[in-house]
Amino acid sequence: MNITLNGENFATNAHCVSGLSKEGLFTPEWVVIVNGFQISEDTPIKDGDSVFIIPKSTLPGKEQLEAMLMARHTPKVHNRVKKASVAVMGLGGLGSNIALQLARTGIGSLHLIDYDVVESSNLNRQQYMIKHLGMLKTEALKEQIQQVNPYVNVKTTAVRLTEDNIIEYIKHSDVICEAFDKPECKAMAVNAVLENLPDKYMVASSGMAGLESSNAITTRKIGSHLYICGDGVTAAKQGCGLMAPRVSICAGHMANMILRIITGNYDV
Amino acid sequence: MITVNGKSVQLTKCNLTEYLKEQGYNTQRVVVELNGKIIPKKEYENTVLKEEDVLEVLSFVGGG
Repeated sequence: MNITLNGENFATNAHCVSGLSKEGLFTPEWVVIVNGFQISEDTPIKDGDSVFIIPKSTLPGKEQLEAMLMARHTPKVHNRVKKASVAVMGLGGLGSNIALQLARTGIGSLHLIDYDVVESSNLNRQQYMIKHLGMLKTEALKEQIQQVNPYVNVKTTAVRLTEDNIIEYIKHSDVICEAFDKPECKAMAVNAVLENLPDKYMVASSGMAGLESSNAITTRKIGSHLYICGDGVTAAKQGCGLMAPRVSICAGHMANMILRIITGNYDV
Repeated sequence: MITVNGKSVQLTKCNLTEYLKEQGYNTQRVVVELNGKIIPKKEYENTVLKEEDVLEVLSFVGGG
């Protein structure tokens, strides 16, 4: 019979996965994926099956990596996520987390937009490391995304977005993510998209500072195309800083809503 | 009476900019929807509120 082994046609008489290899496959050294699902014990195979057998410690090729991503979602979800493009405006505590979460989920294209460089005060909550200090956030984040999922198409724009230029930069993405820090920038971005790109889905944020309850952070839908994540009230200010856990919770809300939109689930 | 963010309130100022200021909003930090339509910032000054209007004011706080 014929199967696909590591992405290529393969004729075999084996009836089980273990018959495909002389190695002891079901050990910590190997990743074995049959028809998109990672298995941990021997499994029968039949004509037409797709099997990947990859040493755990090495970087797999593109097809193998995508198969592994598919193994962690379902093929239908993965296919839609793979085709989608998202613009992330602001690469601070929210944007850096959101972009990496989308990359881990196999997003097709990311447009990373931020004019600023990484500084030491960012390390308390943003996905950067000491080696990134002084680098443009766009470049530092792109580097990390390539370490996580090198097959994401990453575009970077290191400019300060204003109401005069914002639409030009974001109009080609499927979903728009507002992850700015300053409330004036948030309002500018949401107003610009609602006025000029009313058919675009947008996920924005308001209120994730401090150590208030995790459960106060929600995703709200406003109108037909806008979603706001956060508690809506807890501003970052003196005595009420931004801390990694709550900012990450809000980023998780935003990334999950973006994935829901991409896969056709428009309810919160 | 008008409806503001889902609550029925007495209309105190008819001009949108004046109403927002009176209610303590910073107009640079808000998104305003009036009867289901987004009002561009530059039109706040010329927007007149009237009885039965449904106003939604989304006010952003800082942090990200």
